[in-house]
Parts: sequence; C-alpha cells; structure tokens
Amino acid sequence: MAVKMDKAATRELITRRAEQEIESGFYVNLGIGMPTMVANYIQPEKDVVLQSENGLLGIGRSPYEDEVDPDLINAGKETVTAAPGAAYCDSAESFAMIRGEHLDLAILGGMEVAENGDLANWMIPGKMIKGMGGAMDIVHGSKKVVIIMDHVNKHGDPKILKACKLPLTGKGVVDRIITDRAVMDVTEAGLVLVEIVEGWSVEEIKASTEAELIISDELLEISQ
Amino acid sequence: MKHMYTSCHEAVKEIHDHSTIMVGGFGLVGIPENLILALVESNVKHLTVISNNCGVDDWGLGLLLKHKQIDKMIGSYVGENKEFERQVLAGELEVELTPQGTLAEKIRAGGAGIPAFYTPAGVGTPIADGKEVRNFDGTDYLLQEGLTADVSLVRALKGDRHGNLIYNKTARNFNPMMAAAGAVTIAEVEELAEPGELPADGIHTPGIYVQGLIEGKQEKRIERYTVSTHA
Repeated sequence: MAVKMDKAATRELITRRAEQEIESGFYVNLGIGMPTMVANYIQPEKDVVLQSENGLLGIGRSPYEDEVDPDLINAGKETVTAAPGAAYCDSAESFAMIRGEHLDLAILGGMEVAENGDLANWMIPGKMIKGMGGAMDIVHGSKKVVIIMDHVNKHGDPKILKACKLPLTGKGVVDRIITDRAVMDVTEAGLVLVEIVEGWSVEEIKASTEAELIISDELLEISQ
Repeated sequence: MKHMYTSCHEAVKEIHDHSTIMVGGFGLVGIPENLILALVESNVKHLTVISNNCGVDDWGLGLLLKHKQIDKMIGSYVGENKEFERQVLAGELEVELTPQGTLAEKIRAGGAGIPAFYTPAGVGTPIADGKEVRNFDGTDYLLQEGLTADVSLVRALKGDRHGNLIYNKTARNFNPMMAAAGAVTIAEVEELAEPGELPADGIHTPGIYVQGLIEGKQEKRIERYTVSTHA
C-alpha cells in the first residue's frame, strides 16, 4: 500500500528522522533548504553545535525582530543569531574545520544518489548552473554524510540509482540516505535497506529504487 | 601610516580596465558596498572578479554586471542573479565555478605565498577536468592553484591608520584572505580608529596586508529576512 502525504508532512517526516542522526556532543553542518529545517527538531537535551560554513560555529535560533543583525546570517543567507558559546571565523578557517574532518555529521539534500555512495546535487546539464557553494567540500569533510530527499522525483522516477546520471558533487561520499519511504546505508556490500516507513512494503521500495537493495536482517519500521 | 582616501572614487582609481579584483563578502554580508558603487561610476571595464557570489540584480556586484563591467567571474554560487544568467547564456560573461572551501583556500594560499595545494573537493566531478589528480594514502586529491589579485576590496567594522582591521560576526567571511591576496588592498571600514585604540590581541587582519582605507556608512541590505515570533 503506497502512502500519500502532502509536501509539508513529507518534509516533517524526513527531517524528524534525520534529527535522530544527531548525537549529543556532535558538531553538525546542515545544508540549505530542507536540511536546515532539521534544526527545528533537535531535542533540547542534546548538546549540539551547528556549523555554518560562512564562518559561524554555533548557530542559534532565528532572531526576534529587534535582534536582527544584517552582519549575522547562515549559509542560506537567512538572518540568524549566534548560540551561547558560539565562535566566528573566516571562510578559510571554516572550511579547514570541514576539510580537516572535524565535523561529526553533515545532512545535505540530494538530486541523485548511487548505490556506491556517489552524490549529485548541484547541476542539471542544459539548465543554468548556479554553483556548488560549499557542498563539494562538505561531502569530503564530515565523518558521516547523510542525504535527505524524496525517494522519487516529481515524475515518480527513482532518485536512488545504480549510477548517477547527473554530474557528481562527490564520489563515494554518502553514508546514509533518508527518504519519505525508507532509510538506506551505503556499505561495501552494497546499498542496505535498514528502515522502512510504515505503510510501505519492501516490494514497493524495491520497485521505486533503481539501485539494487540488500534487505537488512534487522529491518525496522518507522511509524508516521 | 596607510593612505587615507578622501573618497571611494579616489580609492577605486587603483582599478583599471582588465584588472583582476577580489571583493569580500558572502551574499550581501561583508561586501564593501560603497567601493562597489564607486567602481560602477568609474565605468572601468573588462574586469576579472573573484568573489564568492555576484550580488543580486540591483545591489553589490550585481551592479557591476548590470553595467557590463565584468568579463570573468570566479565564485562558488551565483544563483541569486538573473542578469548573471542572461549574460552567461549570451556568452558575454565567462564563469569559473569553484567549490567554496577550495575558493577560500586558493585565496588564502595566494596571499600566503603558496602556489598550489591538494584538496579532496571536486574529485570525480566536472571541476576536476584538466586538473592534476594525486593519490595520498589511498585517497585522490585535486591540485588547485592559489589566487592573487591586482586590487582587493574588503569591508571591516573597524580599522586603524596602520591598516589593522576587525570584522563583525559573519561579515568576516572571505575578507581576511582577500586582504592578504591583493597587491593593493583597500579596506572600507565603518569606524576609523587611531593606532592603539584597537586591541592588538583582537586584530583579525594585521595592517601589513592593507594599503589604504576609506570610512563608509553601509546600507547592509538583507537577502533573507528570517525572524522568530514571540510565543
């Protein structure tokens, strides 16, 4: 039985599941768009430092109107505050933190992911190329890279493929994929289906995934 | 003591047709906005501009684009600008997209006398085309070359007459590396201080990198005004 959800509910399902990747004590980079929303669900008991690659280690909540500082933004160019204990740095230092593998986790969006962990999320040939921003650096720096995205594209075609068709952002960089239907891990043996969203069958997940899926012996169900 | 410009117009006379310039900022935060406005009025053309972004249609480097003063742009994300797209598709503007961390390090390297370095970013992607790949300890890395500029335009919160600069919050971004990578670096500062007034231990850019300063009042436009509402 396929599950029909509106866009907002889908995003909430994915971001709430992504939040579970964050452990207390982690330094985390959240990508622009849906990944940024994960911050809204971080459990208050977790001690987490969010890194913004434009030079802020310790992103706080959005400012109240009277707190807005035009010199203080996140990488999505939104006005933010600095969390207590935050530190500012320049862009070279910020990417030294990233490239030097000091971040525990990066949660980013994706257009396509291949079963070997290749990621494409920055350009579509023939369309205007906006640029990769920091994505190509971030995928190589974090100890764990989690991609969150819809399981299929707007035409219903798989986004999890045997090999990416779009130009890559990084080769073999993805550790885990979280979608509105399932959670999959990139392993040396191949792509392993580890969790499935309530209401979906393994056969339905296989049918909407081009990549070969290994079904985990300990397959979990995510309740909605 | 550094050269104290009397106007932004005087300051940008350092920039000529076909100059390569670096311009600080991330989005519209930390851009030397008054120096950019003066550069628009100077009407110098055929510039190569190195900056993370290219402004928006009616502000920041977007104004230079509008007046067709840029021949080539080196940056990491240029998606906020429709005129940019039009000029690229029309073949009027050359673009060199560089991963943001690589761009920051290329500029840092340029200012630090390092001709090139290896980085993992971009291996196996279109930006690796034509670049040397070398394996260290089982991982592939790309060779990336350092960048320097004829003139760097940076923005700081405070600067003194020795050229020492202090930036504000996330307005620091690319400014310190660009200050070091410009043969001539001009700093637009919000507040000018006398030597000794700024804490020596709190200087972000030591004055040796800065050739001249101008005081300027910024408008500081906000791209994505995002607020919390009181519960």
